[in-house]
Amino acid sequence: MISLSERPAGANSNLFLETPFDRKKRRTQSVAKGLFLLMTLLMVIPLILIIVYLFYKAFPVLSLDFLFTNPTNGMRAGGIWAAFLGTIYLVMISLLVSAPIGVLAAVYLNEYAKENWLTRIINLAVVNLAGVPSIVHALFGVGAFVLFAGMGRSILAASLTLAIMTLPVIIAATKEALGAVPMAFREACWNVGATRWQTIRRIVLPNSISGILTGIILQVSRAAGETAPIMFTGAVFYKAISEGDVFAYGLFDQCMALSMHLFTISTQVPGVPEALPYGTAVVLLGTVLVVNTFSIVLRIYLRLRKKW
Amino acid sequence: MAHLGKKIEISNLKVTYGQKVAINRISLDVYENEILAIIGPAQSGKTTLLKVINRTIEFTPGAKVEGKVKVDGENVMDVKSVYQLRRKIGMVFPLPVGLPLSIYENVAFAPRTAGVHQRDHLDEIVERCLRQAALWDEVKDRLDNLGTKLSGGQQQRLTIARALSHNPEILCLDEFSIAVDPVTTMRIEDVLKDLRSDMTIILVTNLVQQARRLADRTAFLLNGELIEIDSNEVIFSRSPANKMTYDYVMGNFG
Repeated sequence: MISLSERPAGANSNLFLETPFDRKKRRTQSVAKGLFLLMTLLMVIPLILIIVYLFYKAFPVLSLDFLFTNPTNGMRAGGIWAAFLGTIYLVMISLLVSAPIGVLAAVYLNEYAKENWLTRIINLAVVNLAGVPSIVHALFGVGAFVLFAGMGRSILAASLTLAIMTLPVIIAATKEALGAVPMAFREACWNVGATRWQTIRRIVLPNSISGILTGIILQVSRAAGETAPIMFTGAVFYKAISEGDVFAYGLFDQCMALSMHLFTISTQVPGVPEALPYGTAVVLLGTVLVVNTFSIVLRIYLRLRKKW
Repeated sequence: MAHLGKKIEISNLKVTYGQKVAINRISLDVYENEILAIIGPAQSGKTTLLKVINRTIEFTPGAKVEGKVKVDGENVMDVKSVYQLRRKIGMVFPLPVGLPLSIYENVAFAPRTAGVHQRDHLDEIVERCLRQAALWDEVKDRLDNLGTKLSGGQQQRLTIARALSHNPEILCLDEFSIAVDPVTTMRIEDVLKDLRSDMTIILVTNLVQQARRLADRTAFLLNGELIEIDSNEVIFSRSPANKMTYDYVMGNFG
């Protein structure tokens, strides 16, 4: 850093001297910057520690076999295939339901709906639904899908419960992405005689798609990680399926799931080797990280194409 | 000058935003193939007037319109297709808005939304409009570049090209020169003089001299009231009908 006060004396050397007030400002600035950097590191360090610790503890069981074999010996040995595939089914089916509904609802609310009491109530409902605890969604799922709709405890009922849980967040994220497209673009389109739909299709959606996709993909981790909503609606303690067959589950089967499996082998089953729950956690975390990495790459790609 | 007929008839128009009165009982006619300038200080209702004519006022929450606006003898509130109405009117607003599309697609946007899809037809429209907006020579080699990456003055001419792309019979310009350098302003003014033979032009401007240079007639709006509308010879003379017009034109207030 150049110290202004140490410059050689000359005709102009007094022009840009640091005043005591400047010095005080500079010090405050350094302290603030350092503090913010420290907080950022505080956030990152635990994440790295968790990942390293998990891998260290899980190392004895980590192998492709672990991923592709069912649990054996009363969950005390073997792999996690049934749980891994179950989680993939649950997450994919729930997003297949919630993503289209959520995006279309958000497009309606942001682009078509007039500002009136009905819209306000719907927006309020969306915000409040996003804040409902997952166990409440679970009870709703039991009542609505398992019992009333007669689906029984099944992958379908569990997926729909997860879909209800992720729906409001997808709506909120999509609305935010749509709202970030400047109003001037819409007005320019309307002025040349474009309909609302032509404007949405040609201008609004192409320029908000990266934000929308990010919002959807972030819900993958949430759907994969939740235990409560699936516990009463379709996930089971143990179920053996054909190993390596990705179509091993049917819509109305019950299934295992990683989150539930992790919960049961760490708390419900005595004598489980220590590495097993850690291995399960690594797979759960790994799946989520892979999906998130994919979302980040997609977002960077789409942002590069952003046009203003 | 001889007027062919009335292109736009505005009678007893009142526009309110909630409690605020933006336009208070204005009546005026716009003749075919004339340039009508509308001058007046900020908040005098000039932009609102344009928005009523192509009915984009509907997108402003809380706006209430009373009175009648007729385009080609038809009340704009009763037209069968508001999209057809908007295609008849080209709009250019103060800040240039290049759509996040290529230069070509910016101009082809309106024809496409109107159902024109043949490539050669679109090519012809794009070239004609960019030429009319005095932009063709600068962008003809890079029509695939983004419209949003052009300079401010070029984007404003792109906006004008887009406003011309749907073959409007009326062109409304709202303070188009605000974000444009004087040289570009002069080029656009020359374009407007050429366009006069094809269409009716409404020119909202803060530059009194611009109104004097370009317009056949000038209307003076103040706080939502029409103070005076007359030919330029009268408005810019020593004795317009209203003393306020004289003061404003001479720069004594506003």
